[in-house]
Parts: sequence; C-alpha cells; structure tokens
Amino acid sequence: MSIDLKTIKHISKLSRISVDEKKAEKLVGDLNSIFDFIEKLNELKTDNVEPLTSVAETTLKLRADEVKSKNLREQVIKNSPKENEDYFVVPKVIE
Amino acid sequence: MSDITKQSLSELVENIKSKKLSSSEVTKAFVERSEKSKELNAYITEDYANAVNKAKKFDEKPNLDLKLPGIPMAVKDLFCTKDLRTTAGSKILNNFVPTYESTVTQNIWNEGAILMGKLNCDEFAMGSSNETSFFGNVQNPIDKNLVPGGSSGGSSSAVAAQLTPITIGTDTGGSIRQPASFTGTVGLKPTYGSCSRYGIVAFASSLDQAGPMAQNVKDCALLQEVISTYDDKDSTSIDFKRNEYSKELTKDIKGKKVGIPKEYRVDGMPKEIEDLWKKGIEYAKDCGAEIIDISLPHTNYALPTYYIVAPAEASSNLARYDGVKYGFRAKGENLIDMYEKTRSEGFGAEVQRRIMIGTYVLSSGYYDAYYLKAQKVRKLIKNDFDEAFKKVDAILTPSTPSSAFKIGEKKDDPVSMYLNDIFTVPVNLAGLPGLSIPAGHDAKGYPLGLQIIGKAFDEQNILNISYAMEEKINFKNKINDWWIK
Repeated sequence: MSIDLKTIKHISKLSRISVDEKKAEKLVGDLNSIFDFIEKLNELKTDNVEPLTSVAETTLKLRADEVKSKNLREQVIKNSPKENEDYFVVPKVIE
Repeated sequence: MSDITKQSLSELVENIKSKKLSSSEVTKAFVERSEKSKELNAYITEDYANAVNKAKKFDEKPNLDLKLPGIPMAVKDLFCTKDLRTTAGSKILNNFVPTYESTVTQNIWNEGAILMGKLNCDEFAMGSSNETSFFGNVQNPIDKNLVPGGSSGGSSSAVAAQLTPITIGTDTGGSIRQPASFTGTVGLKPTYGSCSRYGIVAFASSLDQAGPMAQNVKDCALLQEVISTYDDKDSTSIDFKRNEYSKELTKDIKGKKVGIPKEYRVDGMPKEIEDLWKKGIEYAKDCGAEIIDISLPHTNYALPTYYIVAPAEASSNLARYDGVKYGFRAKGENLIDMYEKTRSEGFGAEVQRRIMIGTYVLSSGYYDAYYLKAQKVRKLIKNDFDEAFKKVDAILTPSTPSSAFKIGEKKDDPVSMYLNDIFTVPVNLAGLPGLSIPAGHDAKGYPLGLQIIGKAFDEQNILNISYAMEEKINFKNKINDWWIK
C-alpha cells in the first residue's frame, strides 16, 4: 500500500502538526520508504501469537494518593510561554 | 598532578580518596578542557561556575566514603536537572527549567558527583548521528566532520575527548551502544526496569533505559552500581537484587557459554565487521569462554517492529508538547492553529516524521495491521532470546554494521540511518542488557565495537565478560586533540 498526499494531510491533522505543500510532498516520499521497509512484517504469520505489551512482567503497584512535593506553583508557571499571574493563558476558545 | 583529564574515573576516585587530588583540582581540569573543546559542540548547557563552586564546597568538608567523591560529570540533556535548563535537544524545550531532578541523576549527586553541564543529543533522542539536535551537530573527537553516533552523541564525544570522566546516556534502540562504538568508548544499556525512567524526557516508554558511558568497563560497572535503584516513582522500575557491580567484577569467565547468532551475519556487512566479530570470538575463547552457535530467527524483523513500536509510543508521549504549560509557543489564530504551528515550528523534521508514523499506525483502521502486528512480532523476538538463553550465558555480536560516518552522509535517507541500529534494536525490544566495548579499528583508523548481550538482570555477567575481553583486546583510542588550537 502507499501513502498519498491526502493521507499525509489527515495524519498531519491528527498529529496537530501543520504541513505546507512542500513539506507534505517530502513526507509522502519519506513515509512510503519507511512503510515499504515496515511491510516486511507481513511475511510472518502471527495469528496465534500473544502481543507483548511490556517486557517488565510485573503487576502495577498501588500507592497511597498523597501529595509529596511542595507547592511549586511559581516555578511551574515560570516555564509557561505566556505568564499572567497564576494562570496559563491560551488563545480564546469560547466565542 | 598533570594530565588529570587523562585519568579514568576509577583513578580519579582513588586519587581524591587518598587526598592526592582535590575535587577542585579535578573539576577545574575538566572545565578547562571542556572550555577549550567548544568546537566539538558536545555541550548544550554549561554550568561550569556552579561546578567549580560545588567542588570548593566539597573540599571544605569532603565525604570520602561516597562512591563518586567530588567527581565532576556532564550528563545527556535528556535528564531533568532541577533548576538547570533541560532541552532534550529540541527547540520546543529551549527554555524549559525543570522543577525536579531525575532519579538517575539524583542517585549520582547523592554519591558526591558534581554536575558540569548538559550534553548534546539528537532531538528527543531520535537519531543515530546527533544531526537531529536543534543545537547542531556534534563532532566525533576521532576525526573532523565525523558523527559521534546518536542519540547520546554529546555524551560519547565528551567521554572520548575526556571532557568528562564518565557520563550517562539513554538507549531506546541503540543510543548508548552505537555512539560508544563510534567513539571507542564503553556503553551499557541495562535491563529494562533497572534504572528509573523518572525525570527522563520520554521517547518510547516501553524501550527507554538510562545507562553509563565510560572509558573502560570498570568505570562503567561503578556508575551502573550508582544509577541502578528501585524507584516507586517509575511504575515499571523493577525491585530485584542489584549487585555491587564494580566490587563483584571479575575476569574469571572460564566456562561461560557465549552464543554467536548466525542471523547477525547480515547481507552487505563490511568484511571489517565480519573480521572484528571473528577476532572477538577468539578473544572470548582466550578468556576461557565456550563458544556456541545459536539462532535468533526473527532478527530481520526487529527493525521494522521497532519503527512501529517506538514512533507509536513517541507520538503519544510527545502529545504533551502543545505550547500551553511550558516550552515554545507559536502564535496562532485560534487554539488549534496555535497547537499546529507550535508543533510544526517547535519540532525538527525527524521528530515530526516519527510522530506522524506513530499517529498513523495507531489511527483508526490501521492499529491491528501495524501496532498489534508489531507487538506480536516483538513477542517472537523476545521468545528467540528466551530460547537462546536456555543454552548460553551471553551473546556476542558486532555493535554496529559500520564504523562512524561523515556528517551529512546519511541525513537525507531515513531508512539507511535506521539501519545503524540493526544489531542493537533487538536488545531493547526484548528488554535485555547489552554492552558495547571497543574492539578494534577499521582501515581508516576509526573504532569498532563488539556487543555483549545478557539475560535480563544479569548485568554482572556481561560486565565480567567485557572486563575479561577488554584486557585481551587492549584497545587504544587514537585521538590527537585536533579540535584544540
């Protein structure tokens, strides 16, 4: 199968990455060569194979839901791209 | 004492403990050499003044019982360091200052080491040549315009050039072992779950592991002993009995069974690599190991599996970079437009490519055909290793299919770049420990590495085998300080 320009635009939308025409065309080439390489997996029959989701064969541990860190609000807000006192500011969402 | 930076970690620790050297003397020596080595571009963020101050403080009240007493160290810029910028090699994190410390680096500081700065790497650890970094290429100290490998390219360059006595990298598909191989240094990717992932910028969570990079096996064992701890902040950290790897290190590997997988003899492999492998087999025999032919039948499917699993996990992990709470933000007409422009301008081409591959294989209608299929093949690859380890204690392979290549040589061909990791990726998929040791040079004088793969949690055994082989190989790195004027 091959990935066309329309598919690239669809993936770009799902990924929230804007692509212009030039970039989209380059991605068509790149992704097709990568998927040609990936298609090799179809040589294998895997109907009766259990998928491996984690190599660490442990069950997740439970822990008490406690706050352990100090109040870092100021430092955390400092990393925000646009400061406005105690809030994260984003473009207007509600009309 | 002259030539401080030429000393190994073990020598430096001994000299500080016996008070022949102070932490200040050692730290200043590495800072000076780092300052003279800007052309390598190994550092993204330098923290020299703080390092010198910390060393002075250490000397005022030295605790010589620690494992890394007053030892200066630069680390890969994928580890969050509290109050010091952490970029992951990306524009999107250019101004990010963590409010917390990664567990692995915290373990290192707890043993007395001092942070000198943050080392360059491929953007979000996605690359095999350090060329995807927003902060530019890194030079390999072996030769001008040669890549240092990747993604831990700043780390490998800095250790080989002796800008830091030792360092840590991360390895998702070969990112410690391949750069170690390209620079004539030792790199260990530990068993999945051995080192905590807490505070490491996530790439592919089921594959990522931190590990030591060093000039020799003993130093590598010492750092592994420091960084490997159980951590309840990482839900996949595993609570197993960890050795004191450096204390238990032995060259006695008599009777150890070492497997040689026939599938690693790939088409088009240069004769130099084949010869190196044969030499490695002889070295292992000389050390008293027994050589056994084994088969890992699904080896050829490891890279295609990796290039589904890793991008899928990456696309999910990197969804957090939306320009809202931290990192770079581009201006947009509305919220969605802001997201799309932020990610388009903030991520480099390789990261965008992988996010898009990952998004595609996880998208409706393709999940079973790609992602589920890859998880099934991953199981088959792990089964191969489980079967092999019924017969052998360790597996010996080349680390990489070639020596280091020139900057720019493979940049425009993603698939040829991905082939670099053909021998290292299966180890990550199976969650096993793997170590690369320098084992020889090619015709151009560039280093070549051998990989020793172990059973899960059996780091001690592969360290021992490497330690024994290292003595026989007697590798000498050919570095002439060409970048120092």
